[in-house]
Amino acid sequence: MIMEELRVKRIKEGTVIDHIKPGKALKVLRILGITEDHEHIVSIVMNVPSKKLGKKDIVKLENVFLDKDTVNKIALISPRATINIVKEYKVIEKYVVEPPEEIVGIVRCQNPRCITNSNEPVKPKFKVISKDPITIRCHYCSRIMSEEEIEKNII
Amino acid sequence: MVSLKDKDIISIRELTREEIELILKEADNMLPIARGEVYSDILKGKILATLFFEPSTRTRMSFETAMQRLGGGVIGFSSKEGTSIMKGETLSDTIKVVEGYADIIVLRHPAEGSARLAAEVSSKPVINGGDGAGQHPTQTLLDLYTIKKELGEIESKKVVLLGDLKYGRTVHSLAYALAMFNAEIGLVSPPTLRMPEEIINDLKEMGAKIKEYSALKDAIKEADVLYVTRIQKERFPDPAEYMKVAGSYKIALKILKDAKENLIIMHPLPRVNEIDPSVDVTKHAKYFIQSFYGVPVRMALLKLVLVG
Repeated sequence: MIMEELRVKRIKEGTVIDHIKPGKALKVLRILGITEDHEHIVSIVMNVPSKKLGKKDIVKLENVFLDKDTVNKIALISPRATINIVKEYKVIEKYVVEPPEEIVGIVRCQNPRCITNSNEPVKPKFKVISKDPITIRCHYCSRIMSEEEIEKNII
Repeated sequence: MVSLKDKDIISIRELTREEIELILKEADNMLPIARGEVYSDILKGKILATLFFEPSTRTRMSFETAMQRLGGGVIGFSSKEGTSIMKGETLSDTIKVVEGYADIIVLRHPAEGSARLAAEVSSKPVINGGDGAGQHPTQTLLDLYTIKKELGEIESKKVVLLGDLKYGRTVHSLAYALAMFNAEIGLVSPPTLRMPEEIINDLKEMGAKIKEYSALKDAIKEADVLYVTRIQKERFPDPAEYMKVAGSYKIALKILKDAKENLIIMHPLPRVNEIDPSVDVTKHAKYFIQSFYGVPVRMALLKLVLVG
């Protein structure tokens, strides 16, 4: 933790997402739905040295406590990310993200002929068929997508 | 007890072996009615909507025949020309409208997954009549029925699948169903159109016996069923390559001389030139009766879904 402490100070309250795959921090924000309208402080550190991963990204969300179902979506692009819930400068809960069983509305189906890629009022939906390496199957057209393909198709 | 009442029929993999056996058994009861020898009105007052967003003669006509043979009525369209779809209506809206008009819906649509979406939107049962390159469960059911009817059983029969085994997803569905029934599966295809490895692995995990053949003549010697499919020209960048491949997989009298006495040849039709017309008069040729079997199988399905 020393390296990142030098770059971004500790937060008092909120969520720290650590061990994000290097370069994926911005996609993590997209998955979490954190956009320009977000009112709290967000700190992003990219490509910091990491013993575990070589390099990693870190995202600190002040005054935001995301529920497990929401943060678990991060596992789609960064399966080793860890979540630290911070209160009064202390980590009160820490866990590794776990891919959800079902993914709705955050990944587009890669198959151009899939019904979800038409003008139908339907959200793309996938079943997670393998957690490591992450593999998902489209609920509608059955197309199977790998981690790399998932990353390219984040909505 | 096994029942298909009010069930959507979207893909063959969602049916259990017991459910498939129920359909095949019911199809047997339907045979004399399908032939017009016996009259039935068990679906009197019921209406089938056939929504065909792309052309299909066999599937649409056999469903309409099936419904009418059982005394039911049919509404629908056979192309999207002249419908509200041309005005930009979504499939979801079309389904919500049609469910108010009909008791059951058969859908053929070019988009993969369209039937699943329709089933989610509709309060009435939906049968997938083919969703693009996706699923076509009633084709697989009638294929199974043909094998059972012509050979007595499916179990332990050697079924050789020939042609485009890479993109032909109806062949994939059939292979899964054959594995479910413990049939042996033989595969013959051009090297570039081999069955995808993940499907072969899936089938092996189901306990299927699979053998890949490099030469068609070796496969024919061992086959109880030769299931021929079309090799599509557009899969080959070079027309000369297509001609070469298409020629080497053509079924003609000469290649059948080493076949088993009881070999049956099947084809989902339409054929282009995969099977020489001279084969039609042999006792092996079952592709036309196979397309007729689509009627009793679809009658069985309509009856089981609508009245149980």
